[in-house]
Amino acid sequence: MVAAMKLLVIEDDREAAAYIAKGLAESGYVVDQAFEGRDGLFMASSGGYDALIVDRMLPGMDGLSLIAALRAAEVRTPVLILSALGAVDDRVKGLRAGSDDYLVKPFAFAELLARIEALLRRGPQLQATTKLKVGNLELDLLTRTVTRQGRAIDLLPREFSLLEFLMRHAGQVVTRTMLLESVWDYHFDPQTNVIDVHISRLRQKLDKGFAHPMLQTVRGAGYRLSGEQP
Amino acid sequence: MTRFFNTNAFRLAALYFALFAASVLTLFAFFYLSTADFIERQIEATVGAEIRGLQEQYEQLGLDGLVALVRERSLNERVDNMIYVMTDPFVHEIAGNLSGWPRRTTSVKPGWITFPFKVHARNGTEIHTALGTQLILGGDRLLVARDLHDATAFRQRVLSTIAWAALISLGLGVIGGLLMTRQMLRRVESVANTTRHIIHGDLAQRIPLTGSGDEFDQLGGNLNAMLDQIERLMVGMRQVTDNIAHDLRTPLSRLRSRLEVSLLEKPNTARYAEVLRETIAEADQLLGTFNALLSIAEAEAGSRRDTATTVDLATIARNVAELYEPVADDKGLTLALAVPETLPVRGDRHLLSQAIANLLDNALKYTPTGTVSLSVEREGDAARIEVTDTGPGIPPDRREVVFDRFVRLEGSRSTPGNGLGLSLVRAVAMLHGGTVRLEDNNPGLKAIFTLPATSAVQVEPVRASDARPAA
Repeated sequence: MVAAMKLLVIEDDREAAAYIAKGLAESGYVVDQAFEGRDGLFMASSGGYDALIVDRMLPGMDGLSLIAALRAAEVRTPVLILSALGAVDDRVKGLRAGSDDYLVKPFAFAELLARIEALLRRGPQLQATTKLKVGNLELDLLTRTVTRQGRAIDLLPREFSLLEFLMRHAGQVVTRTMLLESVWDYHFDPQTNVIDVHISRLRQKLDKGFAHPMLQTVRGAGYRLSGEQP
Repeated sequence: MTRFFNTNAFRLAALYFALFAASVLTLFAFFYLSTADFIERQIEATVGAEIRGLQEQYEQLGLDGLVALVRERSLNERVDNMIYVMTDPFVHEIAGNLSGWPRRTTSVKPGWITFPFKVHARNGTEIHTALGTQLILGGDRLLVARDLHDATAFRQRVLSTIAWAALISLGLGVIGGLLMTRQMLRRVESVANTTRHIIHGDLAQRIPLTGSGDEFDQLGGNLNAMLDQIERLMVGMRQVTDNIAHDLRTPLSRLRSRLEVSLLEKPNTARYAEVLRETIAEADQLLGTFNALLSIAEAEAGSRRDTATTVDLATIARNVAELYEPVADDKGLTLALAVPETLPVRGDRHLLSQAIANLLDNALKYTPTGTVSLSVEREGDAARIEVTDTGPGIPPDRREVVFDRFVRLEGSRSTPGNGLGLSLVRAVAMLHGGTVRLEDNNPGLKAIFTLPATSAVQVEPVRASDARPAA
């Protein structure tokens, strides 16, 4: 972390809020807390935060109204909703209200961390790029070709999307759930760890014949694609 | 009995009876009035004609001629019961067959009068009433009338007949209404009795049906179906609670004792970290089970029915197959796919994906070598998804049980899984108005999932793409 990122956690369950805040602080973030919807809205609209973590059910003002109010006031801070409601239509409602991501409780802290990192890095990558570059790996979105050190890598369409997602989040931890949601648009847990199999296939194509493996497994969390030598 | 009067059935019967009585009485009253008056009008016509005739005679023959005529007409015993009285200006009878001008006359309507008179009958004297009209000839007056006795007798007869008829029909109406009410009440009563038993806890009770297929039978049948469903849900719930107690309690207590035991050990950071990681993995597994249970409950509650849209089952199947294809490849299995170009169904993309994923997951998990196939085809009005494998299969008597929650067959306990996959498949099938069953694939297992296909407006030729090995 170059400059500490500022986060606001709006969560009425103080114990959960404390645990989230502590975990985020351990990971190098500066964290403020609000325990009530209206306070949260007030702090969020004036505090200059880099991202908000908002519980969906809050006293005073519910999370969705809070986000809608923020967006109406032209506050574009990325928002991640935490909710015990996990049905697909609940998720859709949350995203429609203006949030950027939706995490169902209970969640693994690694999942929360990975998603926040993804949210924070999202901003500058929004402009339309036709080429993604990580280390010596290049992905061309127009010709749909991938090369590493100039050597072409032949990928199936889904492997291409998978790699694209990983490259857009290069250097960050990406969880299996994030991949399943973003690359496959599935919101359920396959019993077998299918994502691992897809990743190991991609890894074979990507790292075979290269001394430095780019696609790493982060134990207990997910995967990371990075260009730098570890 | 007071309860009886408070019932809807009674009210209906009473209303029915009131309407019935009103129409019967109206009908009879109309009949009475028209028949009874008919004879009186005839008498009026006869008397009127007679008096007009006599007036003409008077104009032609003069008073004497008329007197002679009246005398002549009064002479004989008249079979038509005509009465003539003619008086002079001093009310002395000049001619006629009545002893003097009647004293107590009542006017009925302009020009018409009735009066009593004596009749000599076989058994003494009777008082009859006559209806007549008079002719004023200067000072003399002529009264022509006719005995009303027959008309009155007829009127009486009609009246009594009508009264009896009305009495009998109303009586029948009451009896019919009561019987109808009783019959209806008894049917409702049986429903009420059954539901009372059920409220008191005897969920096995069912409403008796007559087999006639009438509205009450339909109602009873619907209620019975509802009770079946409730009973199934209750049994399912009880079973789930038991199973959850077992399936969540076991890992929870294991988790707890692991933490406890590590606290007893000599403090060791490396050891602690390892224990914590194991604990987290265990908690994740618990959460997975919990989430799967929630998905099933959600599908069973049908809460997503309103989100159903027209989706392409073929695309859904292709995508799931694509997700699992590397898994098959890794295990050295062939994943064969036979899916048409498109197959529109009404449903929930996520749930259908998950159901197919669970079927494929199972097939891949339990098949050591050979082929797993996924096919989708239209079969009349239904879409049929088939997942086959060449694994050990499931004995016929266990093919139904495996759909229950937490059921894991002997020999499968070593493989990962929570015994909820097929339960979700069944819940999804039911939510979509479809079915799922297991059959023998000789060798292996065949899972058949059907759901209603949307009736495509134009019948498009469904082209089964060639089964291609996926790897």
